Amino acid sequence: MSTRTKEILVVAIVAALFLIFYLRKVFGAPPVLFPGTVSILVVSVIGLSLLWILIRTLAGRYVERRVVFLYVGIAVTLPLFMTLSQKVSVAPEVQGVFSSFEKLSAGSKVLVSFDYDPPSAPELQPMAEACLYYCFEHDLKVIIMGLWPQGPMQANLALQKVLNDERISQKNLQYGVDYVNLGFQAGNEFVIQRMGSEFRSMFPADFRGTPYEEIPLVTNIRNFSNIDYSFNIGSGYPGTREWVQIAVDRYGLKLGAGNTAVQTTEMYPYLRAGQLAGIVGGMSGAAEFEFLTKWIGNATKFMLAQSVAHMIVISFVIIGNVAFFVGRRTRERKS
Amino acid sequence: MDHFALWLAAFFTLGIYSFLYKDNPWYKLCEAIFVGISAGYWVVTLFWDNFHGKFWVHKFEDWWLWIGAALGVLMLMRLFPKIGWISRWALAFIVGATSGLWMMNYFSSNIMRQVQDAVLPLFGTGFEASFGAILANIVVAVGTIAGLVYFFFSKEHKGVFGGTARVGILFLMVTFGASFGYTVMGRMSLLIGRIDFLFSDWLGLIR
Amino acid sequence: MRRAVPLVITTIVGATFVIRYFIPHYPFNRLNDWFSDWFAIVAACAIVLGALNLMRISIQKVVRGKPAWGYSLVTIVAFLLITIVGLAAGREYRGPDTAFSWLYNNTYSPLSSSMFAILAFFVASASYRAFRARNLEATLLLLAAFFVMLGRVPVGYVLSSFMPDGYRLTDLAVWIMNVPNTAGQRAIMIGIALGIVSTSVRVIVGIERTYLGGD
Repeated sequence: MSTRTKEILVVAIVAALFLIFYLRKVFGAPPVLFPGTVSILVVSVIGLSLLWILIRTLAGRYVERRVVFLYVGIAVTLPLFMTLSQKVSVAPEVQGVFSSFEKLSAGSKVLVSFDYDPPSAPELQPMAEACLYYCFEHDLKVIIMGLWPQGPMQANLALQKVLNDERISQKNLQYGVDYVNLGFQAGNEFVIQRMGSEFRSMFPADFRGTPYEEIPLVTNIRNFSNIDYSFNIGSGYPGTREWVQIAVDRYGLKLGAGNTAVQTTEMYPYLRAGQLAGIVGGMSGAAEFEFLTKWIGNATKFMLAQSVAHMIVISFVIIGNVAFFVGRRTRERKS
Repeated sequence: MDHFALWLAAFFTLGIYSFLYKDNPWYKLCEAIFVGISAGYWVVTLFWDNFHGKFWVHKFEDWWLWIGAALGVLMLMRLFPKIGWISRWALAFIVGATSGLWMMNYFSSNIMRQVQDAVLPLFGTGFEASFGAILANIVVAVGTIAGLVYFFFSKEHKGVFGGTARVGILFLMVTFGASFGYTVMGRMSLLIGRIDFLFSDWLGLIR
Repeated sequence: MRRAVPLVITTIVGATFVIRYFIPHYPFNRLNDWFSDWFAIVAACAIVLGALNLMRISIQKVVRGKPAWGYSLVTIVAFLLITIVGLAAGREYRGPDTAFSWLYNNTYSPLSSSMFAILAFFVASASYRAFRARNLEATLLLLAAFFVMLGRVPVGYVLSSFMPDGYRLTDLAVWIMNVPNTAGQRAIMIGIALGIVSTSVRVIVGIERTYLGGD
């Protein structure tokens, strides 16, 4: 059988499997959950197979990169079927963000800036939902805006989910009174700069086209001095750095940050200097924030998969290094 | 329609991941669609959120915005080779504004505030700091100074200066290690999100 | 004229933003506000320019029958589809039941998310093949990465739960992020900021002219 035929056959079999699983879902079959013993068995099998990779690598036969890809895929997928629970330990920087929210009284105005796009959603969407849930539950007024064009769309998705939660839907929150989405503005840090003097100049209308002056929630909000707290959810440029440089350092805004893991490490100097109230970093930070705000979101659900994925990467690094050192010692002995 | 939407999203997701096997027409098709959709998304959002909001909602109150519109038109002239040179005026405006703003912002926030926080009493003003805080203050101060010494390439890294630069490299290695760890965490999180879509939203295998 | 006017514009605009920092009163505050408003408009036009340029290049490829012109045609169709749908929908184009939202949720979102998520595989593969503790620096980097990766997920708590509070892997990861990482990031931050300040001064006074391109 030629390689092309094998490829077509594999694609056909996989497509058929997907169709069967999909029809299974359509006809109401429940999701699959591994019981505790099966979960432990699966983890053990993954561990043993890593041992096999170690033996192969020591023998000088590095596994092909597609096998590594397969391992990563399995390491991320299988834990999502498992029922092992894990303890969430809250970092002080995440506690800092939550404590700032706790100090706000009912009716306080919170500016939430959605500065990210769909690729960063698995990390940032859970913290956005947790933030909105906490604000609505404690009667804080939320003003949403975005420096990224996809930000307001992500905000709408978060709002839909939180407003449909039964604890919040009972409150009958009103758009324009309890929350508002001002939409996106191009201009990066110049938008923040201009908001320092006047919000309306950068947001003449909300994302629905309602003029700024006709929105009850923001009628009396001229600039940052009328905002009690701001939470920036960002994944790059423009994002937290620009908010710190302008809104915090020049206009005295109190700011907490929610960042992707990649960006979080760069924000720690701002945290130490007191320019940030706290940082919710990556999916683990989002899980901790969900725990504190009591929002039942995706970040906590994904932490087991995150743990296993990290173990896999660490294992691969150790395997590669063990093989490297053993091989070096063998070469030194021979020479 | 929901069924079609789910299968379309899954088609695109698996098309991108097919690149892991090898480059193929399925991946190239998804990539081409992504490029077109992204560009179109930006245009639509900019039109409604920026242009419509500024030039239709408050047409005549904010009259100075029309000067900005003229600059914007100059920028678009880049599409025409014969008069494209005039787009430099708009570009010069962008470069000048960015330089002016960044100069003060970075000087204030990234230099002055950071140096201010680094130059603090290591043991607290009245020796009240705990052992952990004292250790942290010393490590941060030493690490910051050593790291800055490493980046000073106008003097040869020899002797005490070279030793300090070496300490700086070690601190930077810890920084890069932490960045790598968080990068792995970030990338894995993104993958978990997509896997969750495939096995939960699409196939219903996960709760 | 072609180079002199842009240099004058750069100097005036840049200097205004700098002076406004020290004199936040009229006329500098008014000029600052105007320039910020104009920047938002020009930046938006720059992005539109990019999109239109993409279409121009794609159309050229299709018309001239260049290799892989079919994919350029797909790009053009995708661009026109979402642009027409979005512009025709009116101001509420982002509403939950609109065609634009449908396209965003079922085409743009999965495509962009998958593009970035694919990097996870390459990170793992690169770690296996290339990440070696050849010397002290690389070992330090690896150890920091290990402790942070373990400490920021629940498995780190499980592995070190026998340790007293404050000495677990989770606490070590927090300490690494707040202390040595902060020191290194601060040094990098100050270094970059010094570079930005010096380059900005060069641009504003007209020494740095590379952004103008050739004649």
